[in-house]
Amino acid sequence: MSDNSLNNLPGGFKGMSQDMGSDQTAFKGVQWGKVMMWIFLLSDTFIFSCFLISYMKGRTSTVVDWPNTSEVFSLHVNGVAVPLLLIAIMTFVLITSSGTMALAVKYGYEKNRKMCGWLILATAIGGLTFVGMQAFEWSKLIHEGVRPWENPFGAKQFGSFFFMITGFHGTHVSIGVIFLFIYSRKVFRGDFDKGKRGFFTSMKSDYVAIEILGLYWHFVDLVWVFIFAFFYLW
Amino acid sequence: MSDEYNQKNTPIKAQSSEITSSSSGSSKDIDYVRPAELPEQDLYHGHSFITKWIFCQDAKVIGVQYFLTAVFTGIVGLVLSWLMRLQLGFPELVPFITAEHYYQFVTMHGMIMVVYFLTALFLGGFGNYLIPLMVGARDMVFPYVNMVSFWMFFIAVCVLMASFFVPGGPTGAGWTLYPPQAILPGTPGSNMGIILMLVSLSLFVIGFTMGGLNYLITILQARTRGMTLMRMPLTIWGIFTATALAMLAFPALLVSCIMMTLDKMLGTSFFMPTIVQAGEVLSYGGGSPVLFQHLFWFFGHPEVYIVALPAFGIVSDLISVHARKNIFGYRMMVWAIVGIGALSFFVWAHHMYVSGMNPWFGFFFATTTLIIAVPTALKVYNWIITLFRANIRMNTVMLFCLGFIVTFVNGGITGIFLGNVAVDIPLSDTYFVIAHFHMVMGIAPLMVIMGAVYHWFPLVTGRMLSEKLGKWHFWFTFLGAYSIYFPMHYLGFIGVPRRYFEMYDSPYVTSAIGMNEFITVAALIVGFSQLIFIYNIVVSLSIGKPAGKNPWKANSLEWLTPEVPPAHGNWGEKLPVIHRWPYDFNVPGAKEDYITQTTPPSEVISAEVEKT
Repeated sequence: MSDNSLNNLPGGFKGMSQDMGSDQTAFKGVQWGKVMMWIFLLSDTFIFSCFLISYMKGRTSTVVDWPNTSEVFSLHVNGVAVPLLLIAIMTFVLITSSGTMALAVKYGYEKNRKMCGWLILATAIGGLTFVGMQAFEWSKLIHEGVRPWENPFGAKQFGSFFFMITGFHGTHVSIGVIFLFIYSRKVFRGDFDKGKRGFFTSMKSDYVAIEILGLYWHFVDLVWVFIFAFFYLW
Repeated sequence: MSDEYNQKNTPIKAQSSEITSSSSGSSKDIDYVRPAELPEQDLYHGHSFITKWIFCQDAKVIGVQYFLTAVFTGIVGLVLSWLMRLQLGFPELVPFITAEHYYQFVTMHGMIMVVYFLTALFLGGFGNYLIPLMVGARDMVFPYVNMVSFWMFFIAVCVLMASFFVPGGPTGAGWTLYPPQAILPGTPGSNMGIILMLVSLSLFVIGFTMGGLNYLITILQARTRGMTLMRMPLTIWGIFTATALAMLAFPALLVSCIMMTLDKMLGTSFFMPTIVQAGEVLSYGGGSPVLFQHLFWFFGHPEVYIVALPAFGIVSDLISVHARKNIFGYRMMVWAIVGIGALSFFVWAHHMYVSGMNPWFGFFFATTTLIIAVPTALKVYNWIITLFRANIRMNTVMLFCLGFIVTFVNGGITGIFLGNVAVDIPLSDTYFVIAHFHMVMGIAPLMVIMGAVYHWFPLVTGRMLSEKLGKWHFWFTFLGAYSIYFPMHYLGFIGVPRRYFEMYDSPYVTSAIGMNEFITVAALIVGFSQLIFIYNIVVSLSIGKPAGKNPWKANSLEWLTPEVPPAHGNWGEKLPVIHRWPYDFNVPGAKEDYITQTTPPSEVISAEVEKT
């Protein structure tokens, strides 16, 4: 797909219905991998929605009171309980990593190999920091006696839902971090410039792969915003 | 590239056959099809036996692998149904069928047939084989992921089968796996059995997601030149919509599996209320069993259509080809498939009228449920109108299609009874429900699968199946299936409850004894008559009549490959170019009674074809 064909696409609903009614592709100039990631993310959205809706249902129908989240999640600094401190830092780090990822995609398309590689590495480190802080938060709660099956502060579903949903999200982040490290190595090695064939798939590498990974990463961040709102602000 | 796109700023349909009537240009203009947007697909060609036949990246081989694995699990499910019927018809005849075993058979039969047999067969089997061929692609867009998808499914089946051999046996919670009973002592297989079931389902969902992404993107982004969405065979529309449903419905199953696994293994209480067991209060408390039902049926109802929509699509194509007539109301059929798919997400709680949810909820879901009857009825009318005054070939494939229409209408009408809250409440948990869903999503899709096998066997193997054996097979299956499920409606009306191991001396059951025996005998006969089918397939593989190219004189692309059976990469040197929909049968003015999708307008200039 050459780039100037994209500039000539008619816009709006008319353009969309024309593309849908045409042959060969429904999304003009969009690579297979990118469509795949979008549809996968739609499916994943349903997974997280099911989790969060179950959480809302569980929280509103427990017989025991839900713990006061601003106390449970607070961090003690010099003996003063500061609510939302840790989580604010975590969220800040994760959102920043989204920014570095966006820049990495930009430099990737500009074939600026060095910049792209470093930015992906920075994103990976941001993600790793996030997972590390999450591990810290988990260990703090576990230390205070919160378990998936019990919770000294109130309803036991608090522990269950918290560990399950943040754990599922944390798994997503961790998978993303692993891929970010792999991709930064690939970028530094120049795989995307040379179109080196993948180890498993034996398909040619392309810089679009970075954008696809970026889509995943932004999604993980977006989901975190919802988890943040529902667990820490509610 | 850009210039070619600009030409497209004129309305899309003015590209090929439309030009026949409007343009005055030479034959070259008539046959104009937009040039290729995408470069040739990069394919991995296997060289060893392992990369060609086992870890194969060719969608056709993967399709056959899916098919065979699904049929194997289906046969296990069939044997389980025999054992259940033996107990129901002749209680205590077989000593090893205890109550525990009976419940395990019920559960495994249901789960195997719905998920591991029908879903895998339609989407994994037919989807993999037919999608690239019918849309004119060389292969699925991600062949490697496709291969992993099958092996994930294979592992899921292995885990499921392993649950037969663990201590306590497979789970006996019913295929709906309702908590709290599914994970509490007293239910068979409440330890390893249920855990393996949940793990297996999770693996199935992961594997299916990989395959489903392939099916969707191949259909959306890898069609050949001239293949617009509205020129695709209805088979592809059915598989496409079903896959889209699966991508959005399986998440709910995955989530409920994860939560129940945690309830079982970590002692969380997502679905578990406070429970007193043998005078002892369990550590569970505060959870909601109805939440599980909502999650399960948010998956479970679309699942019905995941099975039904590919069947709708395939049967439309089979009817059209074997009645030598275009499908009536193609666009209506497409929108009915899409509409049924969309509506299927708003009806799930009609499975839960007796669960104790808010009655207003039932009212809402009864309304949406009955609305689904509209597009479904449209489809049935269209099949019948397609047959009206058609040049019907009464072969095995057509018989199975007709069998499908009859069983589907039958099952659909009982669905209208069950969709209404007031009628459903006395009928729920009786054999009426069993009869309903076996007719509508058991027998009806099976009829399509069998018809589809008779139809596409020549494509896959290059040989025809025996018509004579096929007709025997059809009549045994069709009449036998009716003998099984028709009496069950009556059993339901007199109130015989489902899921009961034995009726003992309950008064209404005395009148059901003879009928239960009859049903059991019929079930055994139908089951054994499938041996005719298997025999037919095995024998025809070696001594069947060679099929040659396009034995049914069909129009769609899968029959138009340079080699039959198609080779890896499907199309030889050049990809096909499409000029029309696949339903140009018996067109006035055409020489033959069919015009293939690749026939350019200049070759059939006198034919009054549909504008597609």
